Order: sequence, then C-alpha cells, then structure tokens
Amino acid sequence: MLAARVVQDQGIHVEGVNFFTGFCVEGHTHAIRDRKHEKPKRNNALWVAEQLGIKLHIIDISEDYKDIVLHPRHGYGQNLNPCLDCKIFMVGQTLKLGLMDDLDFDFVLTGEVIGQRPKSQRRETMPIIAKESGANDRLLRPLCALNLPPTLPEREGWVDREQLFGFHGRNRKPQMELAKKFGFRDYAQPAGGCCFLTDETYSNKLRDLWGARGSRDYQLDDIMLLKIGRHIRPRPHFKLIIGREEGENRFLEGYRNQFTHLAVTNYPGPLALIDGNVTGTDTELAARIVARYSQGRSVDKLWVTVTSVTGVSQDIEVTPFAPYELEPSWHVGS
Amino acid sequence: MSDPSQEVMTVDARGLLCPLPVIRTQETIKQLPPGTILKVLATDPGSLEDIPAWCRVHGHTVLETRRERDNILLVLRV
Repeated sequence: MLAARVVQDQGIHVEGVNFFTGFCVEGHTHAIRDRKHEKPKRNNALWVAEQLGIKLHIIDISEDYKDIVLHPRHGYGQNLNPCLDCKIFMVGQTLKLGLMDDLDFDFVLTGEVIGQRPKSQRRETMPIIAKESGANDRLLRPLCALNLPPTLPEREGWVDREQLFGFHGRNRKPQMELAKKFGFRDYAQPAGGCCFLTDETYSNKLRDLWGARGSRDYQLDDIMLLKIGRHIRPRPHFKLIIGREEGENRFLEGYRNQFTHLAVTNYPGPLALIDGNVTGTDTELAARIVARYSQGRSVDKLWVTVTSVTGVSQDIEVTPFAPYELEPSWHVGS
Repeated sequence: MSDPSQEVMTVDARGLLCPLPVIRTQETIKQLPPGTILKVLATDPGSLEDIPAWCRVHGHTVLETRRERDNILLVLRV
C-alpha cells in the first residue's frame, strides 16, 4: 500500500496484482467459519486498491503454484513456507502480466523492506528475487530503494530516487509514520501472516497428507480441507475431517459426493468426512469418534448414519468414544 | 435494474469461496464488450462485498444485488 502510494505520488500510473495460491488465510477461512457472530470480512487487497484508487488484478495461480510448494529451489522457511521461491514466482508473474500488450507496464514494484522478513526479505535475497524472477533492474522497492543500487526506473528518471526511502529491519515505525503522513488511518495488520504454509499445524497436516498418500502432491480441494475441521487419523489408511461448528459443517456438506460421510442420527452433532478407504471395523471406529463430538457423547449408545459417495446409507449403533480412548497422536497437525 | 433487451451473460460461481467468484467474474468480463450485462450467481456471502468492490476499482457498474438464503445474485454492467 505504502510502496504503491510513494510511486503514485510521483505521478506514475500503478495497478495492483494479488495472487490466489489456495493457501491464503483471508477469504476462504473467513467465509467458511460460521458468520453468525461477526460482520463480513473485507478482502484486504481490494480494500487497499480502493483506498489507492487503482485497479487490482486478482490472479489464480493455484495450479502453477504447486511446483513452488512441492519443489522450492531455495527450500522452506520454518514450516512448509517456500517464501523466497514464492516471491520470485510472484514477481515473475507480475512482470509477465505487466508486459502483456493491453497493459504494457515499464516496471514492477513491491513493498519489500530489507531485513523485514527472515527468509525472503534479506539483503542477500533482494538481488536473487530480481534476477530469478526475470525482472532484474525493472524491480523497484520504493520503501528500501536507498539501501540498494539504483534500478532502471531510477536511472532513467522515470522515478525520482530522492523521493524514495531507505527503510530497513523489522521495526515498522517508519512505515507507520509514513502511513500517517499519507492519511492512512487503517491498514492490514503489518505482521499478520497471510499464508497457511507459515502455520505449523497446517504444515503438519499437509505433511500427514503426503505421508498417507505416499506422494508429495495435492489438489485444490485437499488444501482447502486442511483449513477446515478437526483432522483425526486413527489408522494410517484413513482420517476423519470433523466439522467444528455450523459454518464448517455447511462447507463439508459440499464434499458429500466425494467422501464417505458420517453424522449422528439422533443427537445434534458434526458432519464428518472420511478421507481414505474404510472397512467394517474401521467404519465403527470412525462412527464412535464422530459420536464423541456430538451432543450424545455421554450416552451409552447412539445411531450414526454412514453414507457412501454413491449415496448408499447405513445406520449403525455405537458407543461414543470416552475422552481417554481418543489417542492424542491421532490428532493430525498438533 | 438491467435492460431486458440487452444480452445477458452469466457467471456461475456457486460453491466457490472468495476470491474465486471475483476471479471468475474478472476473467469473464475481460472477454466482454462494454455495455454487456453480466449476472453472477454465488453462494459465498463475501461475494456481496468483494464483487462490488472489484467493480468499483475497474469502473464497472453494479445494477443489482440480491440474496435469498444462501443464494446470491449480482447483476453487473461492463
């Protein structure tokens, strides 16, 4: 937001690019969770574009992004976050978009600040991003430009270097002061994570998925479902995805034709999907676990309806799991 | 309200969560001439905020928004 505004203030036409990777925290998760108690969340990228008065291109890169997640050339951060490869990819995609005939832009700018992020925003990584994205010296970082060699837009005089900044480090006070100067009273949480891959629990769930399937791959639905519900793997060959509240149950309903699903018949309770193949004893085990999360958890017996992907249902009577029967190691992600 | 004599295109984004309805709308509008009326069907309530916001920054007009239970309809003019 700040970087765009700094350049806009020099009379330069700026448009925004926002990428959908499938791992975005905002948007999906806010939409899925029960919304009864909270007002709708704004899309921050669109909100920023409106504040700046610029167009915003939202690009779905979820398919191409797989290669970044599965084979990061520069490795992962603390979890499964391939931050440096991600940044290289996004700058490259922005460049490609900007060079298209109908847009015809001259350079790419980002809000990066040297030292702000341990993995991707370091002095050593700045030239790597510029080079490997293909942007080279058409990549301008207005907020820390004075700490870097002049780029093409600066050398050509398209941008006045004197009016750029030399911010560095994790301290965001200078940015906040600049925001104040511009009259921005509201902005996205500065240190808020926006990618599930930086989350330890989520990364563990993704590793579990790869381990259970015997291959490092995923589909968009897989990574969406990792954001939702309790994931419990009582046996290596199947796991349960159990809705934690009404919004999640509603979201899981959309997957009933892809997964065997269970719901307690005679007590209020969650919807649960089975990811994997189950046989008779597995089905009973799954039903007992799901019953544990229903309002009938304390009764001796209750009924659970198990429905296959073809829509064939069977009702089975089970005893809900007692708390001590649910092994902590079955909880995926923790 | 939209002019009933104009050709109306439809984007069916039901079952998709934001930002995908916005992306589907954006990709469709890219192919359409100015003045076209576009109906967007969605189920994610975020669409009611995000699609009008996207239209505002790109200069398209929202003619109508309607929500009936989980079904959302937006009518846009490109």
